[in-house]
Order: sequence, then C-alpha cells, then structure tokens
Amino acid sequence: MREGGRIGRRFASLRQQRRAGLVTFVTAGDPDLATSIDIMRRLPAAGADIIELGMPFSDPMADGPIIQAASERALRAGQTMRRTLDMVAAFRQEDAETPIVLMGYFNPVYVYGTARFLFAAKKAGVDGLILVDLPPEEAEEVVGPARNAGIDLIFLVAPTTGDERLPLVVKHASGFVYYVSITGITGTASAALVDVTHAVERIRAHSPLPVAVGFGIKSPGQARAIGSTADAAVVGSAIVAKIADHLDAKGAPRPDLVDVVASFVGSLAEGVHAARPRRGPV
Amino acid sequence: MMDLPNTYRSGPDERGHFGIYGGRYVAETLMPLILELEQAYNAASQDPVFADEFRYYLKHYVGRPSPLYYAQRLSDSLGGAKIYFKRDELLHTGAHKINNTLGQILLARRMGKTRIIAETGAGQHGVATATVCALFGIDCVIYMGATDIERQSPNVFRMKLLGAEVRPVTSGTGTLKDAMNEALRDWVANVGDTYYLIGTVAGPHPYPRMVRDFQSIIGVEAREQIVAAEGRLPDLLVACIGGGSNAIGLFAPFLDDSSVRMVGVEAGGRGIPSGEHCSSLSAGAPGVLHGNRTYLLYDDDGQIRDGHSIAAGLDYPGVGPEHAWLRDSGRVEYVAVSDDAAIEAFQLCSRTEGIIPALEPSHALAYVSHIAGGMAKDEIVVMNLCGRGDKDVFTVARVLGIEL
Repeated sequence: MREGGRIGRRFASLRQQRRAGLVTFVTAGDPDLATSIDIMRRLPAAGADIIELGMPFSDPMADGPIIQAASERALRAGQTMRRTLDMVAAFRQEDAETPIVLMGYFNPVYVYGTARFLFAAKKAGVDGLILVDLPPEEAEEVVGPARNAGIDLIFLVAPTTGDERLPLVVKHASGFVYYVSITGITGTASAALVDVTHAVERIRAHSPLPVAVGFGIKSPGQARAIGSTADAAVVGSAIVAKIADHLDAKGAPRPDLVDVVASFVGSLAEGVHAARPRRGPV
Repeated sequence: MMDLPNTYRSGPDERGHFGIYGGRYVAETLMPLILELEQAYNAASQDPVFADEFRYYLKHYVGRPSPLYYAQRLSDSLGGAKIYFKRDELLHTGAHKINNTLGQILLARRMGKTRIIAETGAGQHGVATATVCALFGIDCVIYMGATDIERQSPNVFRMKLLGAEVRPVTSGTGTLKDAMNEALRDWVANVGDTYYLIGTVAGPHPYPRMVRDFQSIIGVEAREQIVAAEGRLPDLLVACIGGGSNAIGLFAPFLDDSSVRMVGVEAGGRGIPSGEHCSSLSAGAPGVLHGNRTYLLYDDDGQIRDGHSIAAGLDYPGVGPEHAWLRDSGRVEYVAVSDDAAIEAFQLCSRTEGIIPALEPSHALAYVSHIAGGMAKDEIVVMNLCGRGDKDVFTVARVLGIEL
C-alpha cells in the first residue's frame, strides 16, 4: 500500500474509528452521464467510504444481468473511457479525499494504451484499478505502468484461489485485496458468513493489505455481517438495481432516482458502520 | 519484421503465449480451473491410452480418415492447379468440429466432470458437442444467441434430439460472442462439476493449443494422403477462418515446410469498407477478449464490434491467437472473401463436383477458384472442405430469391 494514497489513508482512518468501510459500485454513465455524475456526487455524504466506478464494456463476462444491463445503458448513452475519466475529474473538484477505484475489463484499457490510460486516470483523480480479466499471470504489463502512475492495482481473490496460489495473487496487489465471496457472477448468490470469515483470515495470513469483500451483498443486514469480518463490504448490483428500477418506460431517470440511490446507500452504510470489525487498530 | 523462428511448431510457450498473443485473461475464479485443465491435458496428451481411445472413436464413430479427393472437373474448369479437397464434410455430424469435441469429452471424462457446457454460433459446434455428450451419457447445456437460434432452427432441433438443453442468450447482440460470455458465466458459477468445451482455437490457454492438437489430425492425414497421391507436398493450402480451428488443423503439420504456402480466408461479409465483415486479421487490431490476446474487431473505445457474415460459423469478431502470431510472422497469408463470392463458390462446387459445401468452406473455395487459373497445371492445392452445406440451403435459397 502506498501510505500517501487516498485508499491507504481511508483504510487507516477506518481502522482508527474501529469500523469497516462501505465500497459502493455504480457503472459510469448509467443511465446517462448527467445522472451518473449526480449519483456519484451524493455517494460520500450518503456513507460511501470508497467509490468504485465501473468502466462499461460490451462484453462483461464476469458480471450478472444487472450490471450487464447497466453497461449497455451507459454505452447506449454514449459513455466512453474519456468521459469516465472526465467524470472523476469533475468529482475531484468537490471531493479531494474519497478514494475512487475504476473497475472493468482489460480491452478498453489496452486499446487506450495501458500507460497512457493510467497517467490520464491519475491526473483525473483515480486512486485504484481493478481489471477483472487480468489475473496475476498476465498482469506484468500493467503492474509497472500502474506503479509509475501511482495507481493502486487491486487484485481479486476467489473461493477457488487455493493457499498455494494466494502468494502469487497478492504479490503485485496494492490498495486492498478484493475477495469475491462466491463462485459466480456479480449480483447472484450470497456467501455464508462462516466461509467469508475463513477466507478473509486466509488472505490476511498472506497479505498486510485490507480485505474488501464483494459479490452477493444486497442488504444492510448482509453488509453489516460482512463488515464484522472484513475491512470493507462492496455493494454493486443491489445499488445498480435501484437505478434500473427507477427508470421510466423510455429508460430515462425518474425524478426520485438519485434520492432513492442515496438513501439506499445510506442504509447500507448504517449496516456496515454498525458492525464491529474483528481487527483493531494496527 | 520480427526475427524468423527456427520452427513455427513450438508454440505456445508454457504460459500459453504465441509471441504477444494468447495467454490467460480470465477472472481469478476461473484461473485455478484453467490451470487444472492444463495439467490434465498435459498428462492426457502424453498418455498412449488416451491417444488410443481418441483414435478408436475417430475411426469407428467419426469416420476418419476422411478422403483427400482430387476435384478434377473443378480443376479442369478453372484451367490451372490441381485442386484437392480434404473432405471433412463427410464426417459424422457433417463437419470437422467433432474432432475437437471428441477429444475434449474424453478429457472431461478423465477429469471426472459430469456436466458439459458449450457455446455455439451456427449450431455446428453445439451439435458436435451434444453428439459426444449423448455418446457418453453426460449432461449437456448449449448456449446459443437468440438471434442465431432463430436463423439456425434445424440445428437447435438437432441438439434437442440429442438430449442437450439449449439456452437462448439475449444479452448483448444475441450472437456467438454473447453465447461465449454466457458460457463463461455459467462456468464461473459451476466450477466443481462442469467442463467448458470450447469449439475453436481461441479462449484462454490451454484451449488454443488443445483444440489445435485435436484438429491437427486433418493435416496429418492430408500430408500422408497427398504424398501417397502425388509423391510430394502441396504448393498451397487453403482454409476458411472464423475462430480458425479447421485452418490450424490443416496447417499445423506443414508449418515448417517452407515450400508450402498457406492462405487463411476470412469472411469479408459485405466488404471491408462497409464495416460489415468478420475479417479480424485483415481489418482488426490486437486486443483482449474471451481469455486471449488476439486480433479483434472493436471501436475506438475498445468496445467489441459485431461482425457480419453470411456464414454463421465465421461470424465472430475475433480469431485464434496462433493465427494472429502466424499473420504477424508472415508464415500464413490471410485474405477476405465476400458473402457474394462465397455464394457463387457454393453453387460452383455443387454443380461441378456434386458436393454441396457449407458456406464456411465456400469462402476458401471462392479464393481457390480466384487464383487456381493463374497457377501452373502441375501445382497442387489442398483445400479444407471442412463442412457440408445441408444446414445452409435455406440461407442460400433466400439470398438467391428462391422460395422453398
């Protein structure tokens, strides 16, 4: 972890407060650029500790129907990689501290030019990057440029990641480790807490980084349970589903959409913040 | 120009790369499975029992070896080179696809997997997968784009007859790439019992290598057969390219024979300038999709573009990574042939040789008929006639404005 980075500072502050964090995911440009920026601006006050912003992709292989649809809406509305970075830059004018992590697939980054993209992202105010289809075996070409740009490269650990593989996965990781709590796509099943706890302990044995847990967390109650065992809970599909549910027949946002999303994030934050993390200040 | 390698047959490296192409670009959840598959395949490929079993079923069930047939009337009418067809269209299920599905199902059985999933575009790979699943009594789920289900209804019924469940894919544009996305999603959710049977030489390592190895039986046979018939190697090999499995199957055993020229024929659709084509090697650029780096069709922002081809089996916006490497190294030439030229070749072959070819190899034939006349009469061309055209008669009738 780069101590000076926003992600490192945020987790340090969470530890001091002895509470877990809430990571909220929305797709950039969903359902349209203006609404998406409005949503993003409301997230910190609503209780998001870290903002994860999806970079829409035509072929989101690891995502379930809810986030697939969000990607399609954003692309239809004209979202591009450049626009996503511009969104971040606009957000940064008002909020200098909330960490922003971009999440997506490798092709749009590769086509943009990996090093060029990372520098542009840093300039816009991005702190971390997750590339779902970039396992450590293929990560070399991104690790160097990310380090040079000063962006945390965040890796996923899955239930299928055995102990023999864990050191490899966390080797290049910075920022935090993202534990995918189910074998499956986003927004489907939920994991049993005992399994998550065991996995988080397994990861901690191999890495000093904070552990965020995601996939399948849909309610404040689940967020609270995850917050009791992990350093942060990531909620994506459940938030994106609120967006999808508050579009009119033509796909345009209803007037209450942004408020609904903010209030749902508020309830998730209450859940997470009510949790007693098992790990005290380090 | 890169340095020329001593051999074109050593790839991929141990991490699945052909030069900068190939690799394993998959979600972490799948990585351990891919590694397990690689180990299992490495063990099987060195096991004579596995090879014997593969050969047994290829001979008695699939109907190999397929003939290498001298297409004399076609050669005479074009007035140049001697044209031979490698007749994989005579195999069980009507195409080369079964070479691969047979090899992989034997591997899946060895690995103790009890459920097979596969993607299909035209339905040929789906039928070939459903067939071997029926043969060995294994559960089979086929993902197929909703758009493709509509235009390939006979193959959908075949798969169902064979006991497979066909799941329509409506996400994205409802075509082959979306079916592949959905199969990957299924695999991520069913990691314990499920084997993903990919239909072409693409996807994460070890698929490109494994599928090539299974399909190389085409080239191994063709080599023996042409030497028996002509006493020498051919001057030119021609095959169509979608993902590129039939082409690599024919080419691989000849790659180090520098006297043998090779041409892969991509789907030019309505022409490269129209943007409606599937010529990723001729008109695409390197990118990363479905587990490998290769030539792809995408827009300025890296979003994958949908291709178009009259031949559903070529309708994919990518290509196998070994072809990408062979293209850059200059060992194999890649050209594009339009829908119209393929339709013409389809009719030419039917009338001249009494063989109704699939629309996919009709692309290869269109290229052959374009150049054969300019070749010397003692030059030899081997073309992979990798599938038969029964599945395409409705499409061709529609294009020709004939009501059935």
